Amino acid sequence: MLDRPAKIEGPDEAPATFTGNRALDQEEPLLFEIGRLDATGVDVDAAPQVEKRLGGLERKEAIGLPGLTEPETMRHYVRLSRKNYSIDAGLYPLGSCTMKHNPRINEKVARFEGFADAHPLAPQSTVPGALELMETLAHWLMTLTGMHAVALSPKAGAHGELCGMMAIKSAIAAKGEGASRNVVLIPQSAHGTNPATAALLGFSVRVVPAAEDGTVCAQAVREALGPEVAAIMLTNPNTCGLFEREIVEIAQAVHDAGAYFYCDGANFNAIAGVARPADFGVDAMHINLHKTFSTPHGGGGPGAGPVVLSERLAPFAPVPFLRRDGERLEIVEHAEGTESFGRMTAFHGQMGMFVRALAYMLAHGGDGVAQASKDAVLSANYVRASLRDVMTQPFGDRACMHEVLFDDAWLKGRGVSTLDFAKAMIDEGYHPMTMYFPLVVHGAMLIEPTESESKASLDLFIATLRNLAQAAKEGDAKRFTQAPRYAPRKRVDETLAARKPVLRWSAA
Amino acid sequence: MSGLKYSKDHEYLRIEGEVAVVGITDYAQAQLGDIVFVDLPTIGKKVTKGGELAVIESVKAASEVYAPVAGEVVEVNAELGEKPALVNEAPLSGGWLVKLRLENPAEIETLMDEAAYDGFLKTL
Repeated sequence: MLDRPAKIEGPDEAPATFTGNRALDQEEPLLFEIGRLDATGVDVDAAPQVEKRLGGLERKEAIGLPGLTEPETMRHYVRLSRKNYSIDAGLYPLGSCTMKHNPRINEKVARFEGFADAHPLAPQSTVPGALELMETLAHWLMTLTGMHAVALSPKAGAHGELCGMMAIKSAIAAKGEGASRNVVLIPQSAHGTNPATAALLGFSVRVVPAAEDGTVCAQAVREALGPEVAAIMLTNPNTCGLFEREIVEIAQAVHDAGAYFYCDGANFNAIAGVARPADFGVDAMHINLHKTFSTPHGGGGPGAGPVVLSERLAPFAPVPFLRRDGERLEIVEHAEGTESFGRMTAFHGQMGMFVRALAYMLAHGGDGVAQASKDAVLSANYVRASLRDVMTQPFGDRACMHEVLFDDAWLKGRGVSTLDFAKAMIDEGYHPMTMYFPLVVHGAMLIEPTESESKASLDLFIATLRNLAQAAKEGDAKRFTQAPRYAPRKRVDETLAARKPVLRWSAA
Repeated sequence: MSGLKYSKDHEYLRIEGEVAVVGITDYAQAQLGDIVFVDLPTIGKKVTKGGELAVIESVKAASEVYAPVAGEVVEVNAELGEKPALVNEAPLSGGWLVKLRLENPAEIETLMDEAAYDGFLKTL
């Protein structure tokens, strides 16, 4: 263990400062609360005198734009950025989000001007390199998944779900079953986006109950199937961090019933390079480039959710898509004369994410991608095995995939909830794990350490959670219910914030 | 005995003539935590047994309330718009959600009485 003082003087006991700052923990007012309206970081020429043609509709009062000098503006945003916890600042165990390290080679390549400065409306003949990058990325995604085709344009996971389900809906309509197949099966443990996607497309949702061991059993799926079922939406590994062992049987049953299998690819990081979704019998699956292939949460920018499709769904893929004609690559922009269900986005997808994802794949190679998946599973199981004597696992002591799920049974009667435990992690300098998800587990704590962490980093994290667990068991509830005490903002009244939110700034 | 009937999804039903008052149990409100919003159905909506009746949003999660029996919504607790906390404070009285006109009064017999519900809670 690290040599630390037994008690660090809390900020509440420390003397007040003149500025309200605590050394580098600085108060940050809103942009509108600093500066002067007449100040500006740039010199702008006075507007020329023009004849007013607004017939009295012109604005007469100042609109309250902030006025700051360039250094003031810079400081404001730099200080704000320092309040942000990121994977570059520390371990980020947010389950289901796959917050892995973003290798800097990605950023170097993404800034090559041929990629960074390409405009989506540039003539295709001027951007052959960008088109070839898209084709190579598509090749990697189809190879890793074993699938027949890929639609690159969806902008993120949920958008990818929508794309895949629209392809399924089109395929069903093409068979003349559009009116009769209107139910989508979704397991209890699903991501909330799954039923939302189904509902958005006019399907009604039928819930498949989870088995005792947290997975979906083929028998339950068979019982839920019928001629009215269009598809099942299933995540594998599922949101409990468990591999769906009956997935092949489930896919078979779904296909036998004339329905399609949509796989939520959010947890592809556990199996990429090791198992191929096509071999499970998947018809469509989105891939979160911004999880599985680094740049977690899109680096604060856009994500990308390409969708791989089986041979029978491929004809329905959205435009625009890439087509190779001998030496020539082109983007097909129009759906006329094809079975494509149409267009989801103005352009072809998130080029910046394509570059980063492909840089990650090429830097790792196929064997490296597989190693990353295996290391992610190993890390999660190391955390699981190191905490199982102090925390409780909802589905017994069995190996997990890339994320480990604990419940709150071990906190019962201690006056500490999952929320309190997560808040105490903030005081320890960690971003909390995912909590209260999946909903099928009481007080869920879902930890995904990813393959990015060294053993030393995992050991410190584990020691911290063990120390917190010990404190909870010894009755030190105050350490939890008052946390966070070392964050810029202390415990927030979440109820008040939700019941009476203040959504608009107004001048005092 | 309270005369209330209970479902396994932790809704209760209080029969007042042809109408049944539906709400969630004390156990349910405690599990949900502080409730911040209640999405109630429109009056006249017909629900089937087990169909979605309302959605309750707490600081932890958004959860569906299912109709314990089939019926037509004849009244909703409008006070919850301003004071969703009533569901926490008095789930069995001021925090009721919906009044249903029963479609099939015989369905009441499929629900648990208080003793059975208490027993059910002990198994959770």
